[in-house]
Amino acid sequence: MIWIELFLTFLKIGTFTFGGGYAMLPLIQSEVEHHGWLTQAEVVDFIAVSESTPGPLAINMATFVGIRTGGVFGAVCATLGVVLPSFAIILIVARFYERFRKSCAVDGVMYGLRPAVIGLIGAAFLSVGMTVFFPNGLKNSVFSGAGFWLSPGIFALGAVLAFKKLHPIAIIGISAVIGIIAGYALGL
Amino acid sequence: MLYVAIESIVEYYVITSLGQAAINAATFVGSRTAGTLDAVCATLGVVLTSFLIISLISFILKAFQESRAVQYAFMGIRAGVLALILKAVYTMFMATKKHAVSYVIMAAALVLTAFLKIDAVFVIIGCAVFGLVWSLLFRKEDKL
Repeated sequence: MIWIELFLTFLKIGTFTFGGGYAMLPLIQSEVEHHGWLTQAEVVDFIAVSESTPGPLAINMATFVGIRTGGVFGAVCATLGVVLPSFAIILIVARFYERFRKSCAVDGVMYGLRPAVIGLIGAAFLSVGMTVFFPNGLKNSVFSGAGFWLSPGIFALGAVLAFKKLHPIAIIGISAVIGIIAGYALGL
Repeated sequence: MLYVAIESIVEYYVITSLGQAAINAATFVGSRTAGTLDAVCATLGVVLTSFLIISLISFILKAFQESRAVQYAFMGIRAGVLALILKAVYTMFMATKKHAVSYVIMAAALVLTAFLKIDAVFVIIGCAVFGLVWSLLFRKEDKL
């Protein structure tokens, strides 16, 4: 039953996502791969779409994966699943705000989680890097053929622009334009 | 009302970030200002907008996914997204308190997920438990 599966999977993702959208990438990648819902390249495409549209990355990703795999109702199930844990947690936190803020236990857990999230996003960076630079396995990298400099070049340019604090949507737009021009020009 | 909302948002950012920020902010503001029902409404407001826009885009993309231009565009976009993720790692790295323990946790989480292919859920649970135990037993500095 795809709808129940979508709901439960995104409930799990929502429960274990700490510290914003990118932190959920390793979870999303392993879950959709495990279920065979999307290819890794599609996951990266979805990140781009979710990043270019208003609303939180987590909800956008859930809606997108849901609609692709289970139609509109699938999107409802996935979105509900990803939202519910945050919703419940924050309702509790808001009620016991003072106690929560001064709790040694919460502080200790966050002491472990904050650096862990950085490691997790680092892992997502590596696996997305594999998808970008080695789309057909290690032997067939993009470092050969007509598109030799294309992906590494766009990545380098994107990184410079990102560190100059250009908006993510602008970076995605520029990358798309370069991709289209180079694609037609090089006849890839 | 607006003032309360702004104050609550600022307050929200004071507490540690659990879960997805935007949903949390909406839920938090809703429940602090008026109660659970308003928290539901505030959250629904955030969710519905995303939902409608993403549904629309999904259908448009589906219609044009065979087009060469769209495929070229996404070829470029994937490399651009990689740059955005790099920036996200960097920003979070700069915002974290750096000491021996946090470096060890970062490296462990990276290696366990990326190379040993351990499920991220277990890595998160493990790091949370480790942080709690370490905090209670050994941590002297910058505690609450």
